[in-house]
Amino acid sequence: MKVTKDLVAASATPMVLGILAEADSYGYAILRRINELSGGELDWTEGLLYPLLHRLERLGHVESDWRSVAGERRRKYYRITQSGLAELAEQRRQWDTVVDALKEIWHGHGDSRPSTAIPLGGHA
Amino acid sequence: MTDGQDGLEAQFAQWRLYVQRRRELRQSDADELEDHLRGSVDELVAVGLHADEAFLVAVKRMGSLDELSREFAREHSERLWKQLVLTGGTDSPVAAGRSRRDLLAMAVCAAGAAASIKAPELFGMNLEEDGAFYGPNVGLFTLPWLAAFLSWRRHAAKALIGVLAALFALGAVAANAYPLADDSQSVVLTAIHLPIALWFVVGLSYVADDVRSPRRRMDFIRFTGEWFVYYVLIALGGGVLIAFMYGTFQAIGISPEGFITQWLLPCGAAAAVVVAGWLVEAKQSVVENIAPVLTRLFTPLFTAALLAFLVTLGVTSGGIDVEREALILFDLLLVVVLALLLYSISARDPLAPPGVFDRMQLALVVSALVIDVLVLLEITGRITEYGTTPNKAAALGENVILLANLAWSAWLMLGLVRRRVPFAALERWQTTYLPVYAGWAWIVVLVFPPLFDYL
Repeated sequence: MKVTKDLVAASATPMVLGILAEADSYGYAILRRINELSGGELDWTEGLLYPLLHRLERLGHVESDWRSVAGERRRKYYRITQSGLAELAEQRRQWDTVVDALKEIWHGHGDSRPSTAIPLGGHA
Repeated sequence: MTDGQDGLEAQFAQWRLYVQRRRELRQSDADELEDHLRGSVDELVAVGLHADEAFLVAVKRMGSLDELSREFAREHSERLWKQLVLTGGTDSPVAAGRSRRDLLAMAVCAAGAAASIKAPELFGMNLEEDGAFYGPNVGLFTLPWLAAFLSWRRHAAKALIGVLAALFALGAVAANAYPLADDSQSVVLTAIHLPIALWFVVGLSYVADDVRSPRRRMDFIRFTGEWFVYYVLIALGGGVLIAFMYGTFQAIGISPEGFITQWLLPCGAAAAVVVAGWLVEAKQSVVENIAPVLTRLFTPLFTAALLAFLVTLGVTSGGIDVEREALILFDLLLVVVLALLLYSISARDPLAPPGVFDRMQLALVVSALVIDVLVLLEITGRITEYGTTPNKAAALGENVILLANLAWSAWLMLGLVRRRVPFAALERWQTTYLPVYAGWAWIVVLVFPPLFDYL
């Protein structure tokens, strides 16, 4: 199963901001982390990640600088800003709403209609 | 292992070259993407792949550069627009240094041109009253500075600089040595033809690095078109500036008229000659040339207009009223047709097969020729009847020169459309013909006044 492109794009901003909220990071590491978190199911490309990082920088949600960490190559690190944290909080609220609503539909509260019990493979 | 490492570095270098060719990707993007690629390669090598294998897989994973640049372009759409920066890109320090020096040289030359146009006032000349002095000399105030800028930029040889200086000196002699009355026809003729003659001297400095090359001559034709477009644009901007200056100063009860007509207008117009030249040089490879675009736009329209004129002339069967103004008008018409031809040639892919546009152009040239032959017949009748004047002789000479060019062009284009003649022949014909215009302009300037008793 691969997550569709639209869904990947929609979740991209909170994902990147969330990762940067954990610690400052650089492009390749961010991509690795996303891969790790999703068990390889999220199909991110460089063409998605870097323009997104640049857009977030333009909007002031992240800042970047070239850093040389001891024993490693010089890399462009991204750091989340106050406005980025606020944006992340807002996105989180929105996603919580969406996820809660979906859960409500899929797992229901004893709804009698059989069609609501969508089989979810092993989870059913 | 060092071998693999060297090979890997070479591959990275190659990859960087590809990336740097993308306008959408800046140097810092290339660095960032390279770091990404290296991270990917390191990881693959760590799981046991060879360096070159790892590189291939990593590049493949990154996806095609086309797609990548498209994504970058979506975020950085301004990069596709803002290409002309005053002092080079921030990317390459060498190019930046070069364009900074260019900017400085341009500023010096533009200031020189502006100062030259004001200098005669030190000797009691006045822009408003001494039109007969300023008219013929206007090219001498400005064009040497443009030529100087171009020669400096091309590191022209000493001998060539000598030739340029001699030609400008000759122009100065032609403009000032003859005893011409202020209201004589010859003053006007010199005022029109000397700038043209001197423009070809500028052309000589433009092709300084390779005087004989037809390609460079074609470049000069392109330069001329773009220079003209830029000059008009600068003039429009200047007009807006003047309008605002006039209005705002009037509003506080001060009339800026004297400053505008005595300083801003002449100095600005002179400096703009150099600035426009510099702009064309600076943006040469950066923005699409506009002259060929205008050509594409107007060739069909002019063709339709000329054909309509011919049809109307045939239906009404009236003669053409050939006054002096009419002759000049038809000369100008030929110039426009020639310009349309030249600029579409300058932008045409030499290897492209003949297409609809070539046929349309043939129609344009042929209809212009037919019109011109009608005019010529009329005018020669007039001249044999009433005798000639410098004006008529100059206009007639130009007509013949343009006619000869267009007639042979039409013949070559017919061959091109019928696939008998390669496009290069047409290009070559136009570039070889350039000295003829220069020669004629010099003849009008140098020979006509004595020939017609300084009339």
